[in-house]
Amino acid sequence: MSSDTHFTDFKSDKQPTWCPGCGDFGTMNGMMKALAETGNDPDNTFVVAGIGCSGKIGTYMHSYALHGVHGRALPVGTGVKLANPDLEVMVAGGDGDGYSIGVGHFIHAVRRNIDITYVVMDNRIYGLTKGQASPTSRQGFETSTSPDGTVEPPVNPQALALAAGGTFIAQSFSSDSQRHTELVKQAIEHDGFGFVNVYSPCVTFNDVDTYDYFRDAIVNLDETDHDPTNYQSARDKIMDPSTEHIGILYQNEESVPFSDREGIDANMADIPDGAPERADRLVREFY
Amino acid sequence: MVNDLNWAIGGEAGDGIDSTGKIFARALSRAGRHVFTSKDFASRIRGGYTAYKVRTAVERVESVVDRLDILIALTERTIDENLDELQEGSVIIYDGEQTTMADVEVPDGMIGLEVPLNSLAEEAGGAIMRNVVALGAASEVADFPVEYLDEALVKRFGEKGEAIIANNREAARLGRDYVREETDCSHEFALETTDEDYVLLNGDEAIGMAAIAAGCRFYAGYPITPATDVMEYLTGRIEAFGGAVVQAEDELSAINMALGAARAGARAMTATSGPGIDLMNETFGLVATSETPLVIANVMRSGPSTGMPTKQEQGDLNAMLYGGHGEIPRFVLAPTTIGECFDRTVEAFNLAEKYQIPVYLTADLALAVTEQTYSPERFDMEGVEIDRGKVVEGDEVGEWLDEKGRFKAHAATEDGVSPRALPGTPDAAHMTTGLEHDELGRRTEEEDVRVEQVQKRQRKVDTARDREAFDYREFGDSDAETLVISWGSNEGAMREALGMLDDRGIDVRFLSVPYIYPRPDLTDEVEAAEDVIVVECNATGQFADLIEHDTLSRVQRVTKYTGVRFKADELADEIEGAIAGERAPQEVKR
Repeated sequence: MSSDTHFTDFKSDKQPTWCPGCGDFGTMNGMMKALAETGNDPDNTFVVAGIGCSGKIGTYMHSYALHGVHGRALPVGTGVKLANPDLEVMVAGGDGDGYSIGVGHFIHAVRRNIDITYVVMDNRIYGLTKGQASPTSRQGFETSTSPDGTVEPPVNPQALALAAGGTFIAQSFSSDSQRHTELVKQAIEHDGFGFVNVYSPCVTFNDVDTYDYFRDAIVNLDETDHDPTNYQSARDKIMDPSTEHIGILYQNEESVPFSDREGIDANMADIPDGAPERADRLVREFY
Repeated sequence: MVNDLNWAIGGEAGDGIDSTGKIFARALSRAGRHVFTSKDFASRIRGGYTAYKVRTAVERVESVVDRLDILIALTERTIDENLDELQEGSVIIYDGEQTTMADVEVPDGMIGLEVPLNSLAEEAGGAIMRNVVALGAASEVADFPVEYLDEALVKRFGEKGEAIIANNREAARLGRDYVREETDCSHEFALETTDEDYVLLNGDEAIGMAAIAAGCRFYAGYPITPATDVMEYLTGRIEAFGGAVVQAEDELSAINMALGAARAGARAMTATSGPGIDLMNETFGLVATSETPLVIANVMRSGPSTGMPTKQEQGDLNAMLYGGHGEIPRFVLAPTTIGECFDRTVEAFNLAEKYQIPVYLTADLALAVTEQTYSPERFDMEGVEIDRGKVVEGDEVGEWLDEKGRFKAHAATEDGVSPRALPGTPDAAHMTTGLEHDELGRRTEEEDVRVEQVQKRQRKVDTARDREAFDYREFGDSDAETLVISWGSNEGAMREALGMLDDRGIDVRFLSVPYIYPRPDLTDEVEAAEDVIVVECNATGQFADLIEHDTLSRVQRVTKYTGVRFKADELADEIEGAIAGERAPQEVKR
């Protein structure tokens, strides 16, 4: 890792095709800054992206990256990190990717406490397919597939994470660049699964969860007496989904990542030219 | 004196059938005898019917036959289930003191040997050892020294302490003594022992061992019969070699974890069975189009849907060849013996990395969960060669950068294989995607680039055909007019059938094919033959379809889809019938 990495080193020469004003610009900028400010560079960073507008981030950032199938970015990130613990692994996706098709993987990745960072660009809408309800859309939200308003209440991602034993649970807002960058940095530095849900407004298809709405509604946890290491306080904040908090909702300072529990620390890419020493004993076991 | 013995223990799931059978198989192996085992088992934890069968001889045995000489029956149903295989002179050992066994009627001509298994076990220290009493009794019937059971008992019960081992040894001796002293069982078996040194393992274990030998360091999987043994084998072993096993939340996750590990540079694999293959198809296309080296072991069971989870079938051939939407090359290897599971697994890891392609390594249930003896030298660790393909590092990276210094991870090379830079390699950071992409791995819909990338990926197959030996193995009479072709575990039974057919004056040339794709071209062989018969365990003849497609000829199909593997004598009859043109569509024997 070099200390003189600038966040623009993480920028590819591909111009984003996100709509002008899309929250994903700010979300991505914060991720790049956080990576640079935590001493990473593109050669030791692996970005895994899902499907949707958010999934394009692997193309717009410069690093080792895989743009995978819909909803399965977290298992890919898990495999990358366990195989080579020296890599900084950043998984990015949207609310549909993470909380709908991929919600099973989300819960299990949280539970495993893999030492990776997961940034969800939550715009509460399916953007790339042109405006259908997402799992975080408000109940009653009218879309092309819910003309009379959605019937289901939205999922509460932080509550899912807390229930699954999450060790770092945060919420940020894409246009609050400094705070967003800081939260992603803290997620990277956290020993375990660093989860940051980002309010990342869709300016084209979501006319409810807009920049103006969030600016009005947001409550900055730093300006409250909330202590993120206090589980009770975290639970109270998380189970109050009517308030749009930003900040670290919960952090378990005792967190032990999966690899430490399993004793995984080697780069699995390093293997000998032939069968490993002591492989003979595997045959003898069958006597 | 009969030296080739077919032995079985049967009862309900939960009766310890499997571990008891394995103790006997291991004892025979340690006594320098060859062993071939098979299992009748059900997808349930308790109850039902389950059996562990052992065929043993001094010479190598490659299959099961339609004959049972000694049967330990813990339930009455065990006898009913084996009526076809029991014959005159067969010995049935059972505990007549048990109320459930009191009314057992031993079929005419067979020898019923009542042994008070429970009482003797209690005498040795506990009723739980009744199966070991039965082992002692069966050993005496077979004239097999009970002392050979001792080492196998230590292996089975070693962790439980000296007292338990001593009790079990005593239980075996009580069973032996009872038969010797209290019965007048006259038998004609005499199991000769030799000084040969054998190991005993199943196909799943051979795959797991080979994976470690081949440098596989990452395994992710979801438990599924009959592939779970691969995962259980690796767990607790791969860690000592710097690797890890992760039990994923489902097969979707398992293949994606393995994909991630492979992109990070590890040799990675997952193993599953039919229902898992269906789920993994989603990510299979991504693995293939991102040109990620990955080994996917498919231990086939009977389908479709949940099918018959504990039954034999070779029904997934088309699913592996054509699974997934769109078109993308993949390799499919199908070892035909337990020993070959080792070789093809090592090869699968090399092929995956040399051609940056997903490789299906498929074993059928009959190969995966049955044990066979081998000389330990068969598994030659010194001979394992690792070829990681076109991994670039240091100055080599420079050769693969475009004019803007960007790494061409999907460079459209002459042989179709691109350079591979593992994450962490300086100046080679790159992305890849399931979208159609250019040489840089970035999305494109440009016609020229699309065509270039499709052709480049397909070219890897042509390159592999040039460089690798995707060959068959040949047995029997190479000049015979009858040509039999098979794949997977049928080889053993077919080889024994060759001998039986020879006795009937029928010459057969037999080709056993372990490579499904790319596969050897059999046109010359098929054209040279009068009768061509393709043998496989499925209903439609999926491999026969491929042979017809390749050779533009019609072949006869000998198929079986009852859930039970071919037996040698059954196969000999089927081949003879096919040659005579008498073979009707499959009849299910009852």
